[in-house]
Amino acid sequence: MNSSPLKTISFQLNGKTIQEEVQSRLNLADFLRQQCHLTGTHVGCEHGVCGACTVMVEGRAVRSCLMLAVQVDQKAVVTVEGISPASGLSVLQESFWAEHGLQCGFCTPGVLISLTQLLIDNSSPSPEEIRDVLSGHLCRCTGYQNIVKACMLAAKRLRETPDLAQSILIPQGHKLTVIEGHHDH
Amino acid sequence: MLLGQCQNAKVLAGGQSLMPMMNYRLVGIDHLIDINSLVELDFIKDEKSFIEFGSMVRQYSIAKSDLVSKRLPLMSEAIQYVGHMQTRNRGTLGGSLSHFDPSAEMPLVAYSYDAQLVVLNVRGSRVLSMAEFGQDFMTTALEGDELLVAIRMSPWPEGHGYSFVEFARRHGDFAIVSVATLMTLDANGFIDRVSIHLGGVAATPLRLTEVEAELLGQQPSEALFVKVSQPLSKLDALSDKLYPSWYRARLAQSLVVRSLTAAQARCLNIESVESHS
Amino acid sequence: MTIEVDRAPVHEPRVIGARAPRVEDPKLLTGQGCFVDDIQLPNTLYAAFVRSPHAHALIGHIDASKALQLPGVRAIYTAKELESVLVKLRMPLGFPTTALPQNITPFVLCPKEVCFVGEALAVVVAESRHIAEDAAELIEVTYEPLPMVHDCRQSLEPNAPSVRLESPSNELNHFKVTYGEIDHAFAQAHCVVKASMSTHRGAAHPIEGRGVLADFSGQAELTVWSSTQMSHDLRQMLSELLGLNEDRVRVIAPDVGGGFGCKFLVYPEEIAVAACAKLLARPVKWIEDRSEHFVSSIQEREQFWDMEMALGLDAQILGIRGQMLHDQGAYTPQGINCPYNAATGVTGPYKVGAYHLEVSVVQTNKVPTIPVRGAGYPEAAFVMERLLDLASVQMGIGREHIRAKNLVPKAQMPYEKQIKNRAGAPIILDSGDYLHCQEMVLKHIDFEGFKTRQRQAKDQGRYIGLGFAHGVKGTGRGPFESGTVKVSPAGQVSVYTGALAMGQGLKTALAQICAEQLGVSAADVEVVCGDTRFVTMGLGGFASRQTVTAGSSVHLAAIQVKKKALKVASQILEASEDDLELRDGFVKIKGTDKQLSLGEISRKLRGVPGYALPPGVEAGLEYSEHWQTEVLAYSHSFHACEVEVDVQTGGVKLLRYVASQDSGKLINPMIVEGQLHGGITHGIGNALFEFMGYDEQAQPFTTTFADYLLPTATELPEFEILFHESPSPFNPLGVKGVGESGTVPVVATIFSAIDDALKDWKIHLKHAPLSPVKLLEEVLFQGVSP
Repeated sequence: MNSSPLKTISFQLNGKTIQEEVQSRLNLADFLRQQCHLTGTHVGCEHGVCGACTVMVEGRAVRSCLMLAVQVDQKAVVTVEGISPASGLSVLQESFWAEHGLQCGFCTPGVLISLTQLLIDNSSPSPEEIRDVLSGHLCRCTGYQNIVKACMLAAKRLRETPDLAQSILIPQGHKLTVIEGHHDH
Repeated sequence: MLLGQCQNAKVLAGGQSLMPMMNYRLVGIDHLIDINSLVELDFIKDEKSFIEFGSMVRQYSIAKSDLVSKRLPLMSEAIQYVGHMQTRNRGTLGGSLSHFDPSAEMPLVAYSYDAQLVVLNVRGSRVLSMAEFGQDFMTTALEGDELLVAIRMSPWPEGHGYSFVEFARRHGDFAIVSVATLMTLDANGFIDRVSIHLGGVAATPLRLTEVEAELLGQQPSEALFVKVSQPLSKLDALSDKLYPSWYRARLAQSLVVRSLTAAQARCLNIESVESHS
Repeated sequence: MTIEVDRAPVHEPRVIGARAPRVEDPKLLTGQGCFVDDIQLPNTLYAAFVRSPHAHALIGHIDASKALQLPGVRAIYTAKELESVLVKLRMPLGFPTTALPQNITPFVLCPKEVCFVGEALAVVVAESRHIAEDAAELIEVTYEPLPMVHDCRQSLEPNAPSVRLESPSNELNHFKVTYGEIDHAFAQAHCVVKASMSTHRGAAHPIEGRGVLADFSGQAELTVWSSTQMSHDLRQMLSELLGLNEDRVRVIAPDVGGGFGCKFLVYPEEIAVAACAKLLARPVKWIEDRSEHFVSSIQEREQFWDMEMALGLDAQILGIRGQMLHDQGAYTPQGINCPYNAATGVTGPYKVGAYHLEVSVVQTNKVPTIPVRGAGYPEAAFVMERLLDLASVQMGIGREHIRAKNLVPKAQMPYEKQIKNRAGAPIILDSGDYLHCQEMVLKHIDFEGFKTRQRQAKDQGRYIGLGFAHGVKGTGRGPFESGTVKVSPAGQVSVYTGALAMGQGLKTALAQICAEQLGVSAADVEVVCGDTRFVTMGLGGFASRQTVTAGSSVHLAAIQVKKKALKVASQILEASEDDLELRDGFVKIKGTDKQLSLGEISRKLRGVPGYALPPGVEAGLEYSEHWQTEVLAYSHSFHACEVEVDVQTGGVKLLRYVASQDSGKLINPMIVEGQLHGGITHGIGNALFEFMGYDEQAQPFTTTFADYLLPTATELPEFEILFHESPSPFNPLGVKGVGESGTVPVVATIFSAIDDALKDWKIHLKHAPLSPVKLLEEVLFQGVSP
């Protein structure tokens, strides 16, 4: 595996279309961090268990360490930077801040992405449903307790403020096309 | 065709099993053939006598499918145990079946619903039964230049009892032992059809034909289920450093009772008290 | 639409005791954190280590010829090449002492004899990590395997192989902890209980692994960024090993993604990477991947205890005696503080008439051991609480009564124990109300009503149990931590400290402490920690010490700054100091609008050439304090939990978990709760999940997160935390630490509950972690494997 061919990809990153030349062996997490200089997505295990590398591809939360950069050609990718407003915090982030939903912050970006997908799919998740989504993340600091509380608070705030909910946590100015899962034909 | 031409090539589908092994440098592959662009393989079709899945159908699509929950309820129940939301977003049915891990849930479901697997190569296509497809520990009948393209599952009659039960250390972990049961009762309430498959005890899923034979024609009861499961405690099950053979055998015994109980209750449309471990 | 939030949502004023949202959070939430791998310097090279696949072997020939030919490879170094820039090849002992033998620390790169799977013997430096790893695979190393010791119980057997050929014995150290008349205690005992117990190896596994970036700019100054818990120690060792003036070495701990003890050490890799940077005159970065963490980051918890407890007729603990075997691993990089803590921690919150423990610290061909979260206290609590439960059954006395009988009462605090700490001073339980906390928690979890619930569950074929345990943790370890408080001429309030942040909210806590005195908002206080450029001395983050030590220093320094500000302001405003107050960054004359900003005062104290400073004060609105302590502040935890056991699968479900915590005065209760959530979760991992497995060739076999299990959100109940505050009399703030406290009683609590659930089987769990396999063995075969 010494020579790795280069390929040019064109894709949407946090709402912006960009073109990049990538090595075919480069995984998506490393690509986002090193080549796109978006270091908010973290690498914790490289074998798809810890979830620190979670990003959204085509509107769904996936482990970027288990995808290759070339695989996002023509796709829409959203990272933690893409769910953060130009200044200040989103409703979900602000809820985390209020409820002490993070400590070292290393697993946090991945968790935020997963919970963003959850809140898009389900505006009233129960604590059990939140824990189910969180079971795909490892956190050594928080015991997940306050993460659940933060998500419940965010869901409540979004329900109570309908026009906020329209943006579904993606700040203004970012055009995210969420592609629905396949339904039965 | 590509598969046949390239040396040391592998198909990349969902990547949830293959990529970790590559990242850990456990497999050295020269060519990865990414079939994620084959969107024509991502479908679920109601063909009446069978439900056909494209091999690239994502696990989350299965989870959301009303058709599946109605016609193949065992699959709907089993899919909840497959990894986590994040892995189901990428993982595919075909990938899971081709990887053929003895602890995986989807192979058990495929056996239960008498899946027919459509396999493509440059010479044409062939159809394999699950028994023909699944050969040995993580080994299928797929040749080096073949691609699994579709899976046809044969539903059981409407109102059939079903139950997928497993024991894992944490939610979403690989099952140590899993049980897939399908059952129907006749007009008098006797068991007239039953299928029980066990995962995690052998290199490939195990069909419990002897247990099934003892159940046919019988009035279902807890005592019956306990009796027929008793011999399972002597199963010569897989063993590893963490989970010895006797433990898997005992688990098999207990989980089969639970699975039969739950499947039977569903036959009568009564929600049983599930005890998920 | 988003909420434009510049400040955190307002809960309460940001002072001591407030549940203030953390100043660290906004940056971390938006992906703007700066962890070591986020730092990208131009021209950086990347390192990968070649690690031994053998537990014990002599290194024969290392052939790097193929690897060197790979495009992009810049260098491959073994011990031989690095020696050219190293003063010595061997790491200094972390906690220097004459009590341990020589030659026990790891090498920067192993020169001759590898002693555990994972030990590094060569480093590849290349243009990318991918290439470095490709090259590492091409390096051919011949080994001559040697016999190995895979289990510490083997280490002292007569024909045991030598763990390291240079080591005269596999026993590193043998010590005794003893007081009172132990034989007499047992001779007159009414009841004696005996148990052989053990805890198992596990690792820290912060989600961010280790990592280091070294930059020798101009070959004269070394800057090192490291995901570390001890930046000053790292600076010192870099200076020592590379032969550099300490002033020319700067160590910065950037954002650290968790530590839990495994980053409380200077590692060979950190020195090796700096050496590479020197040799190659380019920055060199190494980021540990998870598989490396499994085989080269420190581990802890493997101990075997053979214990006896003697009790009087009235259930008074007359004495405890026994032996403990501690698995130190192949090397001793730091010291033996962990087995020492465990050995001296057994009596915990209890009065024990006599005590005699023989400890054997032995080497094995496994990853070296230093403390992981809890540092020996969890093992100690486990042993004590298991003995008490056993005694409770044997004597027919309730578990709550046998504890109540023997707890040190509040009225006797500070209570001097007869056990000495490692400096030779007695261990003093400074404050606490252990009995009250026990009663409070048992009431909250409705212990009284549990018998009924248990019976009702059994009628339904369900087995539930309730267990509980105490734990104390010595916190605030000295001898000191540095704290400087400064106000700049622009009015910016800053805190500098040698303490170190790793996710525990240190900056917020110190900001609150400082803000309390200076009357500013905590969000306006800039806290700089972990950077050796800003403070000359510091010890770092470990042993739950920083709130006590750094907190006290910052508190005292802030008081001095406040005093100075008031003194100068009283001169300038021509008012008595009694008429002044400090609020919102201003010194005001009470009841008027005459005021002077802290910035203006600072400017006055900056001085103008030719003009005198205000009389009676020194230059600068700043103050440094190195508050000292020789005693520990003991936090106390009492935990209770309800479990359900599935007697067919061996599965355990945690139904409810209640924990009391007494960490003295709480600076930020929200942060304290968070620490407890994490600590308890780690303890649950130790009880039911985390098993670092080694086979008979000392080969690790649980080296992924699929095999080594950390607790996940679906396996945990909601934790109910109850606070009790007994201020410590031994520091100016009355605070105690909490970082590790949550971990201490957890295993004992859960085992107590499982025993209770399975009381029909009369089991007494003695070995952690408990897997479903082991539990089913207890249920089916009385604990004997079929």
